[in-house]
Amino acid sequence: MTEKEGKGKYTTVSIPTPLAEKIKRRIEGTGFNSISSYVTYVLRELLASMEEEEEEVFSKEDEEKIKERLRALGYLD
Amino acid sequence: MKPPHGGKLVYRVDEKKDIDGISVIEINEDVAKDIENIAYGIFSPLEGFMCKSDFENVLEHMRLENDVAWTIPIVFDIENKIREGEEVLLKAKSGTTAIFEVEEVYKYDKKEYAEKVFKTTDIAHPGVKRVMEMKDKLAGGKITLVKEGKEKFEKYYLKPYETRILFKEKGWKDIVAFQTRNVPHIGHEYVQKTALTFADGIFINPIIGKKKKGDFKDEVILRSYEALIENYYLKNRAVMSILRTTMRYAGPKEAIFHAIIRKNFGCTHFIVGRDHAGVGNYYGPYEAHDIFNEFPDLGITPLFFRSFFFCKKCGGVVNEKICPHGKEHHIYYSGTAIRKMIMNGETPPETMMRKEVANIIMSYENPFID
Ligand SMILES: [Zn+2]
Repeated sequence: MTEKEGKGKYTTVSIPTPLAEKIKRRIEGTGFNSISSYVTYVLRELLASMEEEEEEVFSKEDEEKIKERLRALGYLD
Repeated sequence: MKPPHGGKLVYRVDEKKDIDGISVIEINEDVAKDIENIAYGIFSPLEGFMCKSDFENVLEHMRLENDVAWTIPIVFDIENKIREGEEVLLKAKSGTTAIFEVEEVYKYDKKEYAEKVFKTTDIAHPGVKRVMEMKDKLAGGKITLVKEGKEKFEKYYLKPYETRILFKEKGWKDIVAFQTRNVPHIGHEYVQKTALTFADGIFINPIIGKKKKGDFKDEVILRSYEALIENYYLKNRAVMSILRTTMRYAGPKEAIFHAIIRKNFGCTHFIVGRDHAGVGNYYGPYEAHDIFNEFPDLGITPLFFRSFFFCKKCGGVVNEKICPHGKEHHIYYSGTAIRKMIMNGETPPETMMRKEVANIIMSYENPFID
């Protein structure tokens, strides 16, 4: 969980100081080496968990063609 | 169905595109495979070869410039013939043809590339060797596939838009992907079946393409899996399809890459075994497990497996989490031992490998890559 803040773009986000202090204590002795890397991790996890199920993009006709090929190849009965 | 990596399944194919008069550049089969993988969304969200910002971000942070997780550079090395802003036609001997919109031509540091991706600059590492042999510049930009190349195993060449429909039609929701570059022994079968017990289906996805000397030939791997599935799997619980890409042997970073690819095929889980995509002693046996901790947003769940073995005292196939007995009771499934037997013309015993699988392998005069 090392996020080297070398190359790459970063911006600053304000969080309440007591929260930052809590995080600081929380990450002691873990692989997180900064409050930033912890917050980044948590936010990525949260956003990913909210990703929507995908809507299928195929027309009925396309889908039927695909199924036909899958049947021809023996993948579908 | 779970969304592909980056949110949208890429599809960059246009067989009707007018290609008259565009200057042609010949490409090798590795590049051709990457082009098709991009075009069919196997590498979603990539729409082309990486430009400098993505390339550097991947090396430095294991992410694309837009923060989407990505660990392996997908780049096109070139000589001086290609210029920024032009369109060229890339053509491979196998027939793969694609339009390449050259957005950026840039220099890169091969040593840094090797060090960051492979964690070594040792030329004895096959991935490092390939990087060191690359041309001195990279070109980034979008590609559009105009013609698919010939594939010997076309029957097994499914694209993500097909597997996604296939899984839906089969009614599978939890789909476990198994990556392989080997013929299956009993240990592999137990890993797959243990995972399958908690899922709806297994997607067996052997890598077809350039490997190293001494690896099994592609055809041998496919035919041996056919024999295994035919005789020991339920037809409606297993699907096999090939992945056409080069092994990079980047160990942990390649494990993440392999997981992303299977997410794009529509899988929800990915099996990561011992020394995944490793070579020699460059990576710790479970380093490819640990790296997943750094990707809370991968969107596919890794299933970590330690090796299975036979325990004479338990009287069955077990692993170290479920068998309390000492090593003296164990028989290990060793790919290396099996390989040696085959090289000496001995058929691997049924305690190691299903006889149907062994028979297929032994039917080849030389099942290995020269
Ligand atoms: Zn035991």
